[in-house]
Amino acid sequence: MAVKTASGAPAVLPGGAAAQPAKKGFWAWLNKRMPIQEFIDSQLIGYYAPKNFNIWYFFGSLALLVLVLQLLSGIYLTMFYKVGEASSFDSVEYIMREVNYGWLIRYLHSTGASAFFIVVYLHMYRALLYGSYRAPRELLWLIGMLVYFALMAEAFMGYVLPWGNMSFWGAQVIVNLFGTIPGIGPGLVEWIRGDYAIADATVNRFFAMHVALVPLALLLLVMLHLVALRQTGSNNPDGIEIKAKLGPDGKPLDGIPFHPYYTVKDVVGVGVFGILFAIVVFFVPTLGGLFLESPNFEPANPLSTPEHIAPAWYFTPYYAILRAVPNQRLGALLLVLSVALFLFLPWLDRSPVKSMRYKGWMSRTALALFTVAVLVLGYLGLQPAQGLYVVLARIFAVIYFAYFLLMPIYSRLDPVKPPPERLTYHAH
Amino acid sequence: MADHAVVADEEVDLSRRKFLTGATIATGAIGAVFAAVPFIESWSPSERERAQGAPVELDLSKLDPGQMAVPVWRKTPIYVVRRTPEMVAHIAGHDSELKDPKSEDSDQPQYAKNALRSRTDEFLVLIGVCTHLGCLPKQRFAAGELYPNWPGGFFCPCHGSRFDLAGRVFDGSPASTNLRVPRYSYPDPRTLRIGEDEKGVA
Amino acid sequence: MRTDARSGLSLLVAALAAVVLAQGAAAAEEPAGPNEAQKPGADWQSWHANSNVTDMPSVQRGARNFASYCLGCHGLKYERWSRLGEDLSIPPDLLQKDLLPPGDKATDYILTTMPSKDADSWFGKTPPDLTLMARARGTSYLYQYLKTFYVDPSRQTGANNLRLPATAMPDVLSELSGLKRAVFRDVMTKGEAGQFTHEQVFDHFEVVAPGRLSEAEYDGFVHDTVNFLDYVSEPAQAARRALGVWVVLFLLVFTWLAWLVKREYWKDVH
Repeated sequence: MAVKTASGAPAVLPGGAAAQPAKKGFWAWLNKRMPIQEFIDSQLIGYYAPKNFNIWYFFGSLALLVLVLQLLSGIYLTMFYKVGEASSFDSVEYIMREVNYGWLIRYLHSTGASAFFIVVYLHMYRALLYGSYRAPRELLWLIGMLVYFALMAEAFMGYVLPWGNMSFWGAQVIVNLFGTIPGIGPGLVEWIRGDYAIADATVNRFFAMHVALVPLALLLLVMLHLVALRQTGSNNPDGIEIKAKLGPDGKPLDGIPFHPYYTVKDVVGVGVFGILFAIVVFFVPTLGGLFLESPNFEPANPLSTPEHIAPAWYFTPYYAILRAVPNQRLGALLLVLSVALFLFLPWLDRSPVKSMRYKGWMSRTALALFTVAVLVLGYLGLQPAQGLYVVLARIFAVIYFAYFLLMPIYSRLDPVKPPPERLTYHAH
Repeated sequence: MADHAVVADEEVDLSRRKFLTGATIATGAIGAVFAAVPFIESWSPSERERAQGAPVELDLSKLDPGQMAVPVWRKTPIYVVRRTPEMVAHIAGHDSELKDPKSEDSDQPQYAKNALRSRTDEFLVLIGVCTHLGCLPKQRFAAGELYPNWPGGFFCPCHGSRFDLAGRVFDGSPASTNLRVPRYSYPDPRTLRIGEDEKGVA
Repeated sequence: MRTDARSGLSLLVAALAAVVLAQGAAAAEEPAGPNEAQKPGADWQSWHANSNVTDMPSVQRGARNFASYCLGCHGLKYERWSRLGEDLSIPPDLLQKDLLPPGDKATDYILTTMPSKDADSWFGKTPPDLTLMARARGTSYLYQYLKTFYVDPSRQTGANNLRLPATAMPDVLSELSGLKRAVFRDVMTKGEAGQFTHEQVFDHFEVVAPGRLSEAEYDGFVHDTVNFLDYVSEPAQAARRALGVWVVLFLLVFTWLAWLVKREYWKDVH
């Protein structure tokens, strides 16, 4: 696809790269049969993104990186792991000790799981900061939430596979939650388990779903997520639509081609992420019991519950909410609600502006309180449900829900600042 | 394009860009190659496989003259034949009918690159897998068993390859090399140790 | 930099600092060994193992200790003798002569000779396999466990333990450590409903009979054994850290180069 100026000479794109007409030879042969260059030109070079992306904008590409990492390390683990009540635990130790570099592949996968959630939570937080869930990006947000749900299912099932004592009891607790559903509950629990207790039948089906079904769903959802993003274009820290101000070439004045500017910038993000990731994998893979829990180094024992049952750190805020409610059924319902409320954000947020930069003190306070609540609830979820911890969990659960439920009110009452006409940007 | 976000400066140093980009891509490629190593290495036999593939010993005093024992080493049958002096004599005299009489193209350790393809006259140690496509040859030790001039040896039922009592392949066989000889040694005269010799474990 | 971007950066720095500090705190040098003079053992809960798997002689001694005193009941079923020999630089003939039980091959897993059925009837429960115990409970747990056995005539084994009260394990190391008695003191606590309850709280140890080893020697014995258990719970840890240095160095170089490229291209953007 030749890009030429009026004089007929090849146009020079920003960045100094000249747009080449399809070369002769193999590349031309290939492109006649598959729109590769076309794809690069239209989706990467021709796709303009706002020029003012800051640190909060690295996590989308990093999430994609971690997905690839998990697929690669996961598939390799499958080559050596032997699923089954009698063999799962031993096969993980086989991988750790006897498979060449098995320990590395295992740590890549276990660290990757936690890294996935760190990255995804920061990615979601960006949306809360800048209103990226607002129109016209509601569908993008909803698809993203589906990715998050799939991720939670994937992580939960993956955690059962090593068949350690926490694997077993964590599965026991979470699957029992389904028993709170009125009427069908108890039957549903037995159906999920495939047995009268968490057992061989359970770990086998979780393996099949964790390795095949949910990854396929994740890949599909991520693709849809990217398509939806391409359609609307990205939001930005100022929360204004760059497509409102187009240049004579039809491209947004405040936009820059994704390639090379954001490809180059994202590589730096990958590098920094890689350093932090490698530090964990090679020096602190258990991260003090947060990434690899100690009780899981003992085989599953249906006759012995660990002293403190806690889910993995990325589920602890929701776990704290569940335990804060004195009623089992209501607790389960509120647990579901605490996750589901995110879906409604595009319609809960009534502010005339998108970005926290221009929202007023009410929205900022609400977000700050919500952030603190999530962190505190996360910590509480790791502690035993006793005494002061329970009181605090109840208080912060209320704050958590208030962020969502009161949003239609405070987002409207909030004294906002007018957003700028053009993006604010400082060269760096 | 007055207030466009991207302005190609006149001072864009294209060569510096190319150099830096090239250096980064090269470094990244090196990193990718190193990153691939653990994944590729993980496919090599693990410690469990190597343990299972440890050397195997056979008590030769249990083997009668003219008999063959088939211990398993590294999940493969090993043919251990206690050759009688008669059988040894039948190994000579048909070099012209063999594809590789001097074992130039075949696979055996140094000490088996001789007419008898073994360390001693008495015992023959072969990997019992046909060098054609991997079937297990059957023993046909009696002279004349297959046809009048048959000196004794092995016959592979899958595609008809024939080998003599030193494991050397006959002309007219689909197989092109002699039966392979594993590394082995005799820790004492009555014990055969398959999979280990002076150079160490195979 | 805008507040929101700055907050992101501070989050990153804070997270990094937290990880480093936490690791530092975990590895902090705590005085190992009993408190002095007045109350021996009173501070037992603060005792840390300070394990160091790179101390090869210590790990080797620990292996020998394990083979002599623990292997009779406890297995290390995920570790092979040959792996032990390789990692601890034990020559094959020494391994065969001094450590390998008769009849075992070097490639066999390290199994205890005790039949588990008998163990159940003798001790009430099967002595657990110890391969992963250092990861499951922590090295400080193991250290404290081996150092807080005391005489308890009320129990069938004649012994009890502070770290794991009512442990089924007898005090098999008493020949080395000697025998000690635990002195408790009465503490009154006020319950939630306002009633007073008595509680027996551990106060200090009293030596009943000395063992073959002095206190310092026994401490060294336990330290070596815990070191060994630390090694056996993750044999790859030394290789892991060694490789990690190179990986992080490489990534630092790569990231620096990538950043130079980024800065170069972004000169275009205004």
